[in-house]
Amino acid sequence: MNRMWIALIAVLALIIIPWVGVGAAGLTLLFGVGIPYIACLIFFVGFIYRIVSWAQSPVPFHIPTICGQQKSLPWIKANNRESPHSYWGLFARMALEVLFFRSLLRNDRAELKQRQRLIYSSNRFLWAGGLLFHWSLIIVLFRHLRFFTEPVLPGIAFVQNLDALFHVGLPALYITDVAIIVGLSYLFLRRVIYPQMRLISLPSDYFVLLLIIAVVLSGVLMRHFFKIDAEKAKELALSIASFRPVIPTAIGLPFYIHLFLVSILAAYLPFSKLMHAPGVFFSPTRNLKNDSRARRHINPWSYPVKVHTYEEYEDEFREAMKEAGLPVEKE
Amino acid sequence: MPIWYGWLNRSAEGAPKLELPPGEKECVESTQYMRTSHVDLLNNWKETVVRDGKRTYVSSTGKEYTMSLTNTCITQCHSNKAKFCDRCHDYMNVQPWCWDCHNFPKEAGK
Repeated sequence: MNRMWIALIAVLALIIIPWVGVGAAGLTLLFGVGIPYIACLIFFVGFIYRIVSWAQSPVPFHIPTICGQQKSLPWIKANNRESPHSYWGLFARMALEVLFFRSLLRNDRAELKQRQRLIYSSNRFLWAGGLLFHWSLIIVLFRHLRFFTEPVLPGIAFVQNLDALFHVGLPALYITDVAIIVGLSYLFLRRVIYPQMRLISLPSDYFVLLLIIAVVLSGVLMRHFFKIDAEKAKELALSIASFRPVIPTAIGLPFYIHLFLVSILAAYLPFSKLMHAPGVFFSPTRNLKNDSRARRHINPWSYPVKVHTYEEYEDEFREAMKEAGLPVEKE
Repeated sequence: MPIWYGWLNRSAEGAPKLELPPGEKECVESTQYMRTSHVDLLNNWKETVVRDGKRTYVSSTGKEYTMSLTNTCITQCHSNKAKFCDRCHDYMNVQPWCWDCHNFPKEAGK
């Protein structure tokens, strides 16, 4: 439990920093322009560095994890989805994994119930919570493009209207805002409630979840409760994106808290477990075709090994073998 | 992506310029409050009028206003929707549904 408190205190500290920095000290230039730029720099350099280092690491072995029949003889039915032997099958399996987290559907739970009997059951909550969070996240990020594009990209208005379909409140509550909080809450609570999860959770696990929750809450709060000057926020966002930063004026404290937390998240992301986003594409257990019966995979690291064949052995010991009465192949 | 888009549309940058009503110096509340919270104000007005039947708003400076989007805001000051409301709303990509019911008297046909 201590590990959770460490993460919680760290996130609270990160909220207090811009609160004091902007609210009390008025460092709007630092928090509005300086820190976001530094964070973006760390993000891009770190992200590219990680990708390049992954791309350079050799994959000598044929190690896809599969759960279906590989293509072999024509009368054995092959499963191209679970054990892809073509690039289309690979693409389909990868797309289903990336877009719908298919492997989490197979998530099992082992529990001791009824006097030490081990019960296995399927557990779809992680899949559902993950799906809820990630899909909401991508829609929320897409909606944010309205702050970074002028004229605003055409598709955004449609997504906004669809997202605010229920017209709850004014400004309308977005469905994804609710969904992302529900998803994140579950992902966080499962690490707090279940003892097994608590055991294997590290401060960094709690930290990223709490940091994203803080980002989401600061965003939702400034939309609905602590109003900011959104038009000025867009001016700042556009000026940053075009590398001609303006000195930010009174936008509102919640905006700076939101921006600072996002900056921290972006700067921390290349060093964190959140790199699973690009990492899933680089995992050899998923991005390899399973074609070991059609194509021989030779370890590129194999060097010619000096071997002593039986023929050579017999040549060497033929006389001794004959003497001992052992059979030989060549007389 | 936002970076490329910004470079391609450099001419489009800059804050929207609003056409302020001639003659009138101050709005119902301070400019800063109106910039951030005119949504809340109008929403409050709507609910006070529709639910409580009260039509008089006392601003923080003590002035009294009639709570009406069409008769107060639009008729008395912001008569040009395209050059006032829409400038910011288009910039921020928001489509308030005020205009589903309220109309602009001076813009016939809209």
